Amino acid sequence: MSQWTFVIAAYLIVLVATTGLLLLSWRAMRRAETAAEIVRRP
Amino acid sequence: MHALANPARFLKIARPATSWLLLIALLLLAAGLIGGLLVSPPDYLQGETVRILYVHVPAAWLGMAGWGAIAAASISQIVWRHPLAAIAGRAVAVPGATFAALCLATGSIWGRPTWGTWWEWDGRLTSMLILFFLYLGYIGLAAGERERGGEGRMAALFGLVGAVNLPIIHYSVMWWRTLHQGQSISMTGGSSIAAELLWPLPLTLFGFTALFAAVTLMGMRADLARIRLEARLRRSAAE
Repeated sequence: MSQWTFVIAAYLIVLVATTGLLLLSWRAMRRAETAAEIVRRP
Repeated sequence: MHALANPARFLKIARPATSWLLLIALLLLAAGLIGGLLVSPPDYLQGETVRILYVHVPAAWLGMAGWGAIAAASISQIVWRHPLAAIAGRAVAVPGATFAALCLATGSIWGRPTWGTWWEWDGRLTSMLILFFLYLGYIGLAAGERERGGEGRMAALFGLVGAVNLPIIHYSVMWWRTLHQGQSISMTGGSSIAAELLWPLPLTLFGFTALFAAVTLMGMRADLARIRLEARLRRSAAE
């Protein structure tokens, strides 16, 4: 197997995991803050 | 630290800080990853696989630093009863576990062409795997305590006890010399890696650290919003 296969696999795993972590955290934060804001309104 | 004890004051700083940290992370990671993949030369022994260094080392650093932050938050919670400490500990746990898992995965991928094996029960690899399991235990314990409405003191104690593993991970390459190489990068200089290979590493190291900090702030903001929501719902139910 080419050495680049290992390099690309490692970078892909990091890219997918960090992008997923970022998007899930952003979505959870937006949902929680929006829900808290809706309840705060009279 | 105590200036940030007020959640309203904390949020005033955390909201703009989240965006700034994300921007810094994006710029540093773009420069570091392009440099590491396309600009820096291959190693004379390892060839192209040395490029895994630029994602593996930051993942290892953040996996360990994350538990260091959990231990600091645990002390702050147990000793000073800092109101944001339990929230900070819970917010650090998920990115910490993610980076510990990434360290194991990228290390395994690097190990196959370098050592000829995906895995070895080496001191460094095993202690890092234990750290990943400790994260899973902490996440479960903290979530359970949060659901029961507890203060999270059991999770804080677990966070403190688990910190025993950090020096074991650090010194494992000196105590048990098997497959994993010894320390080759030092904070005080004197690295055994050539400068032409090393320069993208600080960029990815600080880039992933900024990303980790942004994700932690997002987790804290989400947790604070949920606490506010629950308090308001309880007040409305009581009225």
